[in-house]
Amino acid sequence: MKKILQTLAVTAFWLAVWALLALAVDQPLLLPAPGAVVRRLAQLALTAPFWLAVGATLLRILCGVAAGTLLGTLLAVITSASALLRALIHPLLTVIKSTPVASFIVLVIIWVGRNALPSVIVVLMVVPGVWANVSTGIAATDPALLEMARVFRFPKPRILRRIYLPSVLPSFLAALRSVLGLAWKAGVTAEVLTSPVLSVGKMLMESKLYLEIPDLFAWTLVVILCSLAIEKLLIAAIARIGKGFAKGGASA
Amino acid sequence: MIELNNVSVAFGDHSVLRSCSFTLADGERVALMGPSGCGKTTLLRLVLGLQKPDSGSVSVSGRIACVFQEPRLLPWCSALENVNAALSDGAETMDLARSYLAAVDLADAESLLPGELSGGMQQRLAIARALAYGGDIFLMDEPLKGCDSELRDRLLDLLARECAGKSLLLITHDEYEARRLADRVYRFQNGTFEIM
Repeated sequence: MKKILQTLAVTAFWLAVWALLALAVDQPLLLPAPGAVVRRLAQLALTAPFWLAVGATLLRILCGVAAGTLLGTLLAVITSASALLRALIHPLLTVIKSTPVASFIVLVIIWVGRNALPSVIVVLMVVPGVWANVSTGIAATDPALLEMARVFRFPKPRILRRIYLPSVLPSFLAALRSVLGLAWKAGVTAEVLTSPVLSVGKMLMESKLYLEIPDLFAWTLVVILCSLAIEKLLIAAIARIGKGFAKGGASA
Repeated sequence: MIELNNVSVAFGDHSVLRSCSFTLADGERVALMGPSGCGKTTLLRLVLGLQKPDSGSVSVSGRIACVFQEPRLLPWCSALENVNAALSDGAETMDLARSYLAAVDLADAESLLPGELSGGMQQRLAIARALAYGGDIFLMDEPLKGCDSELRDRLLDLLARECAGKSLLLITHDEYEARRLADRVYRFQNGTFEIM
């Protein structure tokens, strides 16, 4: 309860700062007031194209996050099992992590075209973070528990479920927390540059072209809210499933 | 049966076991006592296959159940699930797991996580897991560490019952425990066994 009140108070403080700044600037074309943005968002939310754009963007980003997470986790498992593969893959992922998103966007447009660009960019942003965190989680698995499992002859699936999965879960969730925000930023940037028919990125681009600044703020707010909501929902769901899976003896 | 032949183990320059030979026959119960660092736990790890000797050979025939010096419990699983995890991944062995929890006085703690148990309770949980798992050979490294004297006597009775007819290799600092559970007690030092 205290945390909720604190969050509300902090949000109210920054909304007040925004409102005062808008009042001081007094040029809605440059900085619209929070009220104007919320009103515009409410108007947009009553239209079908708004929900189609949000839904399509959400789908693209979630597909990219899912594929990137799967690939990053698989690579972490493979490189944890083989020092040679780790030596081969580590520099590649470091290069991907350090390469500017803009370079990837240009390259991916040339290589695979515009349609798949947002999802491919999200995959590229997600893989290095997931790989690094899951690898750390695997390396930090308690060797004493692995020895215990060996002595009590745990079959491999049981070792995976009872030891590796719960050991890696905190690192995996930390990875998701850090890559989800990045995924939204990179995915929407890719949409802005490629303007798919149904997308938040296209709406942002059009707001800029027609200087509809309240629209620009409203769509930005949509991205922020979606990013926060997905992060909370996804992480809570995975944490719940993961813990249940690691424990659950009788339900297995 | 356990057989160690001229086994040597060194950690860097420090030799822990030097040309050590030892046999534990089927149904034999032996306790090893000795100062800390004399190689008792290394001997146990060799038998468990958790360590390879630098030279010599180790041969073990039979299913081994072990109580480690530290409980080595799954921190995210309840007491009941910890015992059951050593038996199966399903519900069919829950009753067996429960009966061994009750045998070590942990029936009321079956839903607690290891972090919610005292050190002594965790050790009893590790004993319950080993007994429930069963086997031809029991290896126990200071299994009653942290138990009070009244509880210790009850657990000694339980261990004596469960280990009857099985092989037991007990490592302990407590001669009373050693005499209660083992047919033979050895002082182990510098890789040699001296009967006590």
